[in-house]
Amino acid sequence: MIEVKDIYKTFGENEVLKGISAKFTAGKNNLIIGGSGSGKTTLLKCIVGLHDPTKGQVFFNDENFTEMDFTQRVPIRTEIGMLFQNSALFDSMTVEENIMFPLNLFTKQSKEEKLERANFCLERVNLAGKNKLYPSELSGGMKKRVGIARAISMQPKYLFVDEPNSGLDPKTSILIDELINELTEEYEITTVIVTHDMNSVMGIGDHIVFLHEGKKWWEGSNHEIAHTDNKELNSFVFASKFMQAAKEKL
Amino acid sequence: MFHSLGKYILLLHLSFRKPEKFKVYWAEVMREMVSVGIGSLGIISIISLFIGAATTIQVAFQLSSPLVPRSIAGSIARDSTILEFSPTISSLVLAGRVGSSIASQIGTMRVTEQIDALEIMGVNAPGYLIAPKIIAGMTMVPLLVIASIALGITGGWIACVVSGDVSPADYISGVHSGFEGLTVRVALVKAVVFGFIIASICAYQGFYTSGGALEVGQSATKGVVYSCVMILFADLVITRLML
Repeated sequence: MIEVKDIYKTFGENEVLKGISAKFTAGKNNLIIGGSGSGKTTLLKCIVGLHDPTKGQVFFNDENFTEMDFTQRVPIRTEIGMLFQNSALFDSMTVEENIMFPLNLFTKQSKEEKLERANFCLERVNLAGKNKLYPSELSGGMKKRVGIARAISMQPKYLFVDEPNSGLDPKTSILIDELINELTEEYEITTVIVTHDMNSVMGIGDHIVFLHEGKKWWEGSNHEIAHTDNKELNSFVFASKFMQAAKEKL
Repeated sequence: MFHSLGKYILLLHLSFRKPEKFKVYWAEVMREMVSVGIGSLGIISIISLFIGAATTIQVAFQLSSPLVPRSIAGSIARDSTILEFSPTISSLVLAGRVGSSIASQIGTMRVTEQIDALEIMGVNAPGYLIAPKIIAGMTMVPLLVIASIALGITGGWIACVVSGDVSPADYISGVHSGFEGLTVRVALVKAVVFGFIIASICAYQGFYTSGGALEVGQSATKGVVYSCVMILFADLVITRLML
């Protein structure tokens, strides 16, 4: 389980996060949602240690991650997989090399074992045989899937996903959501997803944290979201006529 | 300025922290050596040949008095090539070719979150990205300078053969006479220092890039400009200290 306690983050004069506390459940899809500039990605970066919170703490299974130095964080980092908004694949490496990269650095596996693992991960994301392609030769959806394959190559306990659906068509978007959901359930990963895609919210939102103006505004599940009377959440989730119509049918 | 200097020193400190796996880092060092060394050999060869030739013709033109032996053109061209043209001009060219490549490569990795991806995995990003480039710079620039010296002197000889301003025999006699090993040692010290300056300053500029494509370009430009200024400053300091 991951827990954040009273997180504040300030950039210069701009206070982006204003005392956020939340728990992210193991084996579930935990979604952080909110409008642009609400602090979703900043919160995610504070959790994974890419930003140091101005105040507050992050716990991974009761271990205080915030107070650890770089070396102390390494064992937890090897249990983390992350899919970035733009996939962040290493341009100079092939798909296979991207997936094998963390294995090369942090395991003592033989080359054959690493290759086997890379092939397994690629098969798992339905990209078998694409080993020798470079990121520049892949479509947006394929890059996301390779990013997921790299993220799961070390069999992580925690999976962080930043805007998995950005730049994807609706069909590919749903495929990516389903893939993340399957992996979360299959390997009992604690998954934290930053999104503002309503299909993801309604489809895989086991636990949802809604941020507004840097504060936690609402917390609940996708079943509860349709029946809440939270004004800001309703105006965010049911902003479109399509979603309003969908809500009336729920 | 002191803030930037502090960040630069801290980045260098992080760059030389113990690697996660030596074998992976060694492969990176080899790759960077090929990129810096083999990749720059063509341009260094061309400029060295032309600078050597031009220097010899100019020296011959300026020392056209019957009281000065013609072989002196060879001695002056040799010392100028060893002490100044090969290490300094080559390094200024390398700052443009290698330095801009380092800054833009690391800068692009920063803005496309590839460096964040390394850090998430638990990789010491400065160590993995910067240390191999610095090592490659400090080892390959001296080798390129040695090649440049040889080609510069050869360029001078070709100029003698083609122009006839100085006879090739006089030129070779001048190159041989009064040679001091110290000049080569000075050139090599300069080359090692310049290699470090190019790789570290450009890597620093790239590593702290923020924004997008425009900022990556700005980082590359800053890296090249600062490297060139520091190369010329270090050139003066080393020359004053060693000669």
